[in-house]
Amino acid sequence: MTKISMRVDQENVTDDVEPRMLLVQYLREKLGKTGTVIGCDTSNCGACTVHLNGRSVKSCNVLAVQADGGTVDTIERLADDDGTLHPVQEAFRECHGLQCGFCTPGMIMQSVDLLNENPDPTEEEVRLGLEGNLCRCTGYHNIVKSVLYAAQLKKDAANAPQSEGANA
Amino acid sequence: MIPAPFEYVAPTSVEEALQALSEHGDDAKVMAGGQSLLPVLRMRLNAPEWVIDLGRIDSMRGIRDDGDAIVIGATTTHHDVLNDALVKEHALLITKAATEVADAQIRHRGTFGGALAHADPAGDLGAPALALGAEFVIVGPGGTRTVAADDFFVDLFETAIGEDELLTEVRIPKHTGWGAHYEKFVRVAHQWPIVAVAATVKADGGTISEARVGLTNMGSTPLRAGGVEEALAGAAASEDGVREAAEKAVDGTNPPSDLNGSAEYRKHLAKVLTRRAVAAAAGG
Ligand SMILES: Cc1cc2nc3c(=O)[nH]c(=O)nc-3n(C[C@H](O)[C@H](O)[C@H](O)COP(=O)(O)OP(=O)(O)OC[C@H]3O[C@@H](n4cnc5c(N)ncnc54)[C@H](O)[C@@H]3O)c2cc1C
Ligand code: FES
Ligand code: FES
Repeated sequence: MTKISMRVDQENVTDDVEPRMLLVQYLREKLGKTGTVIGCDTSNCGACTVHLNGRSVKSCNVLAVQADGGTVDTIERLADDDGTLHPVQEAFRECHGLQCGFCTPGMIMQSVDLLNENPDPTEEEVRLGLEGNLCRCTGYHNIVKSVLYAAQLKKDAANAPQSEGANA
Repeated sequence: MIPAPFEYVAPTSVEEALQALSEHGDDAKVMAGGQSLLPVLRMRLNAPEWVIDLGRIDSMRGIRDDGDAIVIGATTTHHDVLNDALVKEHALLITKAATEVADAQIRHRGTFGGALAHADPAGDLGAPALALGAEFVIVGPGGTRTVAADDFFVDLFETAIGEDELLTEVRIPKHTGWGAHYEKFVRVAHQWPIVAVAATVKADGGTISEARVGLTNMGSTPLRAGGVEEALAGAAASEDGVREAAEKAVDGTNPPSDLNGSAEYRKHLAKVLTRRAVAAAAGG
């Protein structure tokens, strides 16, 4: 067993784990964070995407011990405490960016990373940026639309008048 | 599936890593990003007793300018390589190829040295490294040695790195001002190429003066297309100008036949992709 400590969804956690434990297993089985799902056995589908130290990774292809000392963010802490959706979540809902929803946690986490790096992507950049995430339902069209819409939402929010809080 | 049980050690220096390697030798596997190793362990194609994680050795990560070469630390991620200004300025071919490796998530974890040490004949970084005449710095119990790219790739998944050695960095001779292109042929997104061609070209006023061309997945190791390079000297920097030289891309190759294509099909691809890669690199 190896002792690991990390910050997951803004909480500190410490555990003894087998070195072979995958990060996705640690999240789901030890921490009960089943929002992150497993879709394949080959590191291909991207359903398990989370952020490790601020960058997207496939958590089925990372050992929990590799994340020791790091910061992990999952789909579970994306919305605000009061339930306000993250702009990317909002956009997926608005643009019908999901059908069965199985790929959605990974799609959204990858889209958040993509927009962090490139806030104003072209359609092609969105398609390339999501190449590691597979969807069996949507044909991707509405997913791409969602990400482009999310970029717009984020831009609108950034341009919104600063006084919003004072008026509320 | 999850890996078979193993013991884990995460050294913080190259010396500690070499020590662990010499202690556990045959029973150990080193891990950089784990993006190739973990799938292998999960499929139980390999079950080492020890995994030595290189991820905590700071000195093996990073990119620096070293006079006539740039030096890429073995555990520098693909993502960091492809966004690096020095690499872009002096070894544009590496930038282009690194962009084509796998997908964003894998590029955040997978490393430059790990991909080269893995030596998958379909891996995207071998041919560019070979074309640019990279030098591989390998450290072991006997000290440090430098291996030329021509001697580094030995066979399928086999390199000059000994069992008790580590690849610590890769020196890429500067090719400042050379145009570059990596032409990768795939049927599905984020996968290894069926065939790919790495080309970097020095062109003066519409004429190619020097070219370096590497082939991916046209044999058990990355290959240098020497015949193409020779024939390109003095050629016009356009698709038509390089057409004849590109025909030589199949010389000395021994491509595999598999579900993705026959050897014959790959030979056809090699010519077409060489033409496209060189023309794009030359801006023609
Ligand atoms: C879904 C998927 C798609 C992919 N698509 C592509 C693709 O299109 N093109 C492509 O080129 N690659 C692709 N890859 C592989 C990817 O590039 C890996 O990141 C890379 O091959 C391995 O880098 P790593 O740092 O993760 O190495 P690891 O997996 O940690 O190690 C790989 C091997 O190299 C050895 N090793 C690693 N570092 C060293 C070192 N410093 N010294 C000595 N030995 C060392 C290890 O022992 C192991 O045998 C893909 C992988 C996946 C999972
Ligand atoms: S479950 Fe991780 S990539 Fe499919
Ligand atoms: S919505 Fe079903 S897999 Fe994407």
